[in-house]
Amino acid sequence: MSLLECRQVSKIFGALTALDHADLSVKPNEFHGLIGPNGSGKSTLLKCIAGAEIPTSGSVLLSGVDITGLTPAERAEAGLSLKFQITAVLAELSVYDNVLLAQQSQSSWLSLMRSRSRGALHERVMDTLQRFKLADRADDIAGTLSHGQQQWLEIAMALAREPKLLLLDEPTAGMSPQERRATGELLAPMRERCSLLIVEHDLDFIRDICDSLTVLDQGQIVASGRTQDVQEDERVKSAYLSHA
Amino acid sequence: MSEPSTKLHRAIPAIEIVLLAIALFLPLVLDDFWILFTTRVFILGLIALSFDLVWGYAGIMSFGQALFFGMAGYSTALIATKLGVTSVFLIVPVAALVGLVVSFAMALLVIFGKRQPSMVFVALGTLTGSYVVERLARGWSYVGGQNGISSLPRLTAGSYEISEGPVYYYMALGILLTVYVLLRLLTRSQFGLVLAGIRQREERIKFFGYRTQNYKGITFCIAGLISGMAGGLYGFHEGYIGPGQLGPVLSTQIVLYTLFGGAGTLIGSIIGVGLIDLFSFYLSQIWNTGWPIILGLLLLIVVMFKPTGLIGFLVGDRERAGSFGRIGAKSAAHVKGEV
Ligand SMILES: Nc1ncnc2c1ncn2[C@@H]1O[C@H](COP(=O)(O)OP(=O)(O)O)[C@@H](O)[C@H]1O
Ligand SMILES: [Mg+2]
Repeated sequence: MSLLECRQVSKIFGALTALDHADLSVKPNEFHGLIGPNGSGKSTLLKCIAGAEIPTSGSVLLSGVDITGLTPAERAEAGLSLKFQITAVLAELSVYDNVLLAQQSQSSWLSLMRSRSRGALHERVMDTLQRFKLADRADDIAGTLSHGQQQWLEIAMALAREPKLLLLDEPTAGMSPQERRATGELLAPMRERCSLLIVEHDLDFIRDICDSLTVLDQGQIVASGRTQDVQEDERVKSAYLSHA
Repeated sequence: MSEPSTKLHRAIPAIEIVLLAIALFLPLVLDDFWILFTTRVFILGLIALSFDLVWGYAGIMSFGQALFFGMAGYSTALIATKLGVTSVFLIVPVAALVGLVVSFAMALLVIFGKRQPSMVFVALGTLTGSYVVERLARGWSYVGGQNGISSLPRLTAGSYEISEGPVYYYMALGILLTVYVLLRLLTRSQFGLVLAGIRQREERIKFFGYRTQNYKGITFCIAGLISGMAGGLYGFHEGYIGPGQLGPVLSTQIVLYTLFGGAGTLIGSIIGVGLIDLFSFYLSQIWNTGWPIILGLLLLIVVMFKPTGLIGFLVGDRERAGSFGRIGAKSAAHVKGEV
C-alpha cells in the first residue's frame, strides 16, 4: 500500500489552475523526486499535502486515511513534515532552541510549562546538531547561519518528530556543490526511517538519491515512475528541458 | 537588528535586582502619599505584566485587559459590600477566578478555533468587549451606575484590617513579586519557547504539530487571571471601583505602559507604569489642563523612535529573544563533541 496518495488533486487560484487533477503516490521508504519547470505547481502540490493550502478538489491520503481536511498540526501528528521552499528558521532564537522547539512538540503544554523534557531532550538535540554539522553553532542565533546551514537546520527540524513522510521543497537551492553532496549524504540514511518527496532542480542530485520521479508541467503530471524510466521518456525531455 | 552581536548579555537581571532592592526599602523614606502612589504602581504593574504576557510574548494585541481587571474589581466589591466578605484569602482568589473566567469567555470568542483570527480581529473584539461592558456598568444601578461602588470595606486577614499604607504596600509588592517570578519562569520555560516561536513565525510552527491557537488561548487566560487579581487589589486599595476601570481608556493606558517601558521583557512593563504615572503626576501639577498633550507626545516619540521601549536602551535583541535550552550544558557538550 502507498504511504502517500494524491488523488486528482486540483488547486485553482482565481483564473490560474496551478494543479490540474494531479495523481501521485509514494511508497513507504521510497525517495521520490518531483521536478518540473518554474511555476509548474510543485510547491503547490507539496503545500496541498502538508496542509498549507487546501486543494480545490481531489483528496490526499496518508497510510490510507483521508487527510485532505486536516489542519497542519493534525497532519504533523499523522506523520507529515516539511521544509518550505522559503527557509523559515526562527531567526531570533539560537540554533539549539530551533531544534529543541521542533523536538519538544510532542509534549503537552502542561509539561512544557514545567520544562519537563528539557533535560531529556538535550542529548537528542545535540545528536541532531552533530549530524547536521551545526553543533559548533548551537549557541549562535539562527539568523546568522549561512543560507546552506539554514537549509540543514530546517531539515534537522523537519526530521525532529521522526515523520513517516518528509517533504522537502528545493533543499539545496543556493548551496555550493560540496554542500549539495553533503546534503545527499545526510538524506541517504533517512531511507530506513521514512519516505521522502523532494522538489529539486538538480537532476544529478535526483538521480543519486531518488528511486522514482514525477514530472509536473503546467499543473499536470506528465510522467511518473522509476527514475531511469522517466528520464528516458521523450515527452519529459521535451517538456522539462524546453522550459527549464 | 541594530545589534549584530550574538552574545547573550544579561542586563535584565541586574535591573530586576536594583528595582527590587529599591522597592523593599522605599517605605522607609516615603511619606503616606507616595506609599499609596507606589502601591498603585505595583497593582497597575500587575496588569501591565498581564498585557506584556499576551502582547510581548504571545503576540496577541489585547485591548481587553481592563475588562478582566474591572470585572474582578466589581465582583469582589459586590461580595464585600453585599455579603460582607473581606478576607484577603477569599478576595484575591475570587478576583483571579473572575479574571480567568471572563478571559476564557473572551478567548472562546476571539482566539480559540480552527481558523486563525487576525490581529485586528482580536484587537477590535477585545476593545468592543471592554467598551460594551463599561456602558452596561454605567447604566446598571445595582452596581452603582456612573458612580460605581465606593466606600469599600478594608481587606482583612483574620481579625487584622489591611489598611492602605505600608502593609498594603508590602502585600502588593509580595503579590507582584510572586507573579513576576512565576511569569519569568513561564516565559523562559519550554512553553515560553513555543510562545517565542508563535511570535516569530506562527504559521511555520503549526507544521511541527503545535496547535498554536491553544497556546495563545492558554496564555490569554493566564493574563486574564493576573488582570483579575490586580482588579481586586485595586478596588480595595482605592476603596472604590467604577466604570472607568472596565473600559477602553484604561485598556489603552495599559498598552501604553508596556510599549513605553518595553514589551517582551516583563520588567519593562513595571518601569513603564512607574514612569508614566510619575510623569502624569508632575505634568498635571505644572499644567493642569494640557498635560495629557505633553504625555501623549512623549509616548508617541518613544513608541515611534524606540519600538523596543525605554528598556531597549539597555537590553539587546538577543537578551529579549531569550535562551531556552540548557544554558552552559550546551557549550560543554559541543566542546566535548569537537574533541
Ligand atoms: N497563493 C497563490 N496565489 C496565486 N497564485 C499562486 C499562489 N501560489 C502559487 N501560485 C501560482 O501557481 C503556479 C504554481 O506555483 P508553484 O507551485 O509555486 O510552482 P513551482 O513550485 O513549481 O515553481 C504559479 O503560476 C504561481 O504563480
Ligand atoms: Mg516552488
